[in-house]
Amino acid sequence: MGLTVADLNKGERGVIIDCSSEGIPLKLLEMGCLPGNEVTLLHLAPFSDPMYMNINGSFLAIRKETAKLILIKKIDE
Amino acid sequence: MSKQVKVALIGNPNTGKTSVFNALTGLNQKVGNYPGITVDKKEGICKLSRGVKAYILDLPGTYSLNASSVDENVVIELLLNKNNKDFPDVAVVVSDVENLKRNLLLFTQIKDLKIPSILVINMSDLMSRKGISLNIPILEQKLYTKVALLSTRKNTGIENLKTLIENYKSLPKSQCLDVTSIDSDYFERLKKAFPNQALYKLWLVITQDVNFRSIARNELDFTNFQTKTEPELKRLQQKEAIKRYQFINGILNETQIIDRSKAKDLRSKLDRILTHKIWGYFIFFTILLAIFQVIYDWATIPMDLIDNTFASLANWIKNTYPNGGKITDLLAEGIVSGIGGVVIFIPQIAFLFLFISILEESGYMSRVVFLMDKIMRRFGISGKSVVPLISGTACAIPAVMATRNIENWKERLITILVTPFMTCSARLPVYLIIIALVIPNGDFIGISFQALTLMLLYLIGFGMAIFSAYVLDKVMKVQRKTYFVVEMPSYKLPLLKNVIITVIEKTKTFVLEAGKIILAISIILWAMASYGPGEKFNNAEEIVTAKYNNISDTELEDKIASYQLEHSYVGIVGKTIEPIIKPLGYDWKIGIGLVASFAAREVFVGTLATIYSVGSASENESIETIKIKMSNEQYENGNKVFTFASGISLLLFYAFAMQCMSTLAIVKRETKTWKWPLIQLFGMTTIAYLFAFISFQLLK
Repeated sequence: MGLTVADLNKGERGVIIDCSSEGIPLKLLEMGCLPGNEVTLLHLAPFSDPMYMNINGSFLAIRKETAKLILIKKIDE
Repeated sequence: MSKQVKVALIGNPNTGKTSVFNALTGLNQKVGNYPGITVDKKEGICKLSRGVKAYILDLPGTYSLNASSVDENVVIELLLNKNNKDFPDVAVVVSDVENLKRNLLLFTQIKDLKIPSILVINMSDLMSRKGISLNIPILEQKLYTKVALLSTRKNTGIENLKTLIENYKSLPKSQCLDVTSIDSDYFERLKKAFPNQALYKLWLVITQDVNFRSIARNELDFTNFQTKTEPELKRLQQKEAIKRYQFINGILNETQIIDRSKAKDLRSKLDRILTHKIWGYFIFFTILLAIFQVIYDWATIPMDLIDNTFASLANWIKNTYPNGGKITDLLAEGIVSGIGGVVIFIPQIAFLFLFISILEESGYMSRVVFLMDKIMRRFGISGKSVVPLISGTACAIPAVMATRNIENWKERLITILVTPFMTCSARLPVYLIIIALVIPNGDFIGISFQALTLMLLYLIGFGMAIFSAYVLDKVMKVQRKTYFVVEMPSYKLPLLKNVIITVIEKTKTFVLEAGKIILAISIILWAMASYGPGEKFNNAEEIVTAKYNNISDTELEDKIASYQLEHSYVGIVGKTIEPIIKPLGYDWKIGIGLVASFAAREVFVGTLATIYSVGSASENESIETIKIKMSNEQYENGNKVFTFASGISLLLFYAFAMQCMSTLAIVKRETKTWKWPLIQLFGMTTIAYLFAFISFQLLK
């Protein structure tokens, strides 16, 4: 199992590799959660759920269960 | 003859679409219904040039033409159906300058339906602050459209938009994306099967089934067309999104320059505090407390004023037309009091929506959802349910109206259904008098038993709300998978105009729609309490006068009123239900109080005052006298009516029972059917009955 958005720490960035999982709502894809786009984790609610992030310029909050389905590659600062 | 242009206002949520609508129409707007669904239909009129009017339909916010909620589906159904009477001549697509990339996805989809479209770029006043610059002529050329740079805040660009709307016929109809490029084989076959149909429209019709529900297919018959499996279609939709973003990125690379160094970042500064694990909650609960305090406290001033005004109006009518008989009574006590009973809610509704619209407009509400999601999720409700639930402690009516901000229908419905369990302010007078009567003096670690009881009543109300939400979440069938993707909009100063229009619109909706029902029921209740069948009611005066001869006039009047109420229709209902409420420890007098409470719970106290013949005492006096009367009240065998057991039973009954016709009326308005208010009425009252029954039987 590769790295997912749920593995990011606050402030870390990643590039989306795959988001074709069944569990990812189309709405998220349409908001820019697509391969090649960048994700930055901004804030976490208690228990790291939900997660507040910037995906491709859009500021979104998604639940951890969804974040676990988005495969990424970390960008090292 | 005046010319008309039909305009559909479309856009992502949080783009200020409603501000654009308000700027175009002002107060020339009305809220109606789409047949069969619970979505409000907002329409308005905007005068263009001489003799040309634009009919503007403010469609629900959506991120794309793939619906995932009833609200979003309204947009798609309209845009796919040319025969719909609201089908637009021109689509005005509202985007916001900060999220142009994402907003353009929807725009390109609408363009591909060959609907003439204008692109509004809203909040253009923020461009320099965010370090954004745009090349509008190239953008217009590449997107085959006209662009209107708008700022509803600074009030610029509106006139230009009006001109563009008026000249909609000159808008190019070219499409943005060649849909066949998504999957050429598939679209070739589609084209062959339906040679007369627009391909993109067909594609949307096919994929709607996957995401939401089948839409009206009109003349289309897909039985002979070999389509694809759901996962395959979803993959194609992802491919479509990728293609669209490629198209959009290509254009924005040429036309948009963002200089991040110039951007002032209010968002990250505020989010650091407002979404903080400790401070975030602290601030949220402080805000809640403040809202609660205001609707609970401040609203009482105008409410008392309304109360007194309508009472004096009723008196004035009685004094001015003393010979009007039944007509005067109907007018003064039925209609005027009934209208007063509707108007009395306006301050609370207005105050609550003042705050809610500020919270929504500023972008803070999304942070609340973010903070509360994990906690509320397990009860089947969302972070947005917190505000309605807490406002329910003041009054369930504005609270139920406030659920409008919850997008997910199931979560919204659950919130509507459980909100009346919250201890509203109308229960307070009933609680106070019964607590004073049956809860002994004394204290537990410095807190009096009476105060503890009151606190417990608030807690069990909240507990029951949460518990029923949990049960409803498990019981109710989910039509589709719910998901959680919440946009976190940037922080903005709320626009006064939008806030005011929201407050006016909510108040108007309540008065015009729920108000009718409340007025009707209160007139019926009044008539039931003021009329009765037979001799005993009609000759109450003679009977009572004959019975007592040595008492003062006021006492006599009180006795007559009491006797009349006993033999009125309400009295008869109270007596009829006595066998049912006896196991709860109540007599028929309490039964009358319960029936009368349906107008408003606090009426219970006044009704008992009348029954115990202390109706004419002044307010402060009457609470004391009625307390004494109640504590002395006995059954024929000498047992007291109000004991610890019957008192607790009555408290629990009031905590859980659905006794408020105004709440039922507003639930009917919000769910557009009598089904849910009836479920509330029977469900809550059954729960109340069971709890009252068990507690009385255990304690007696």
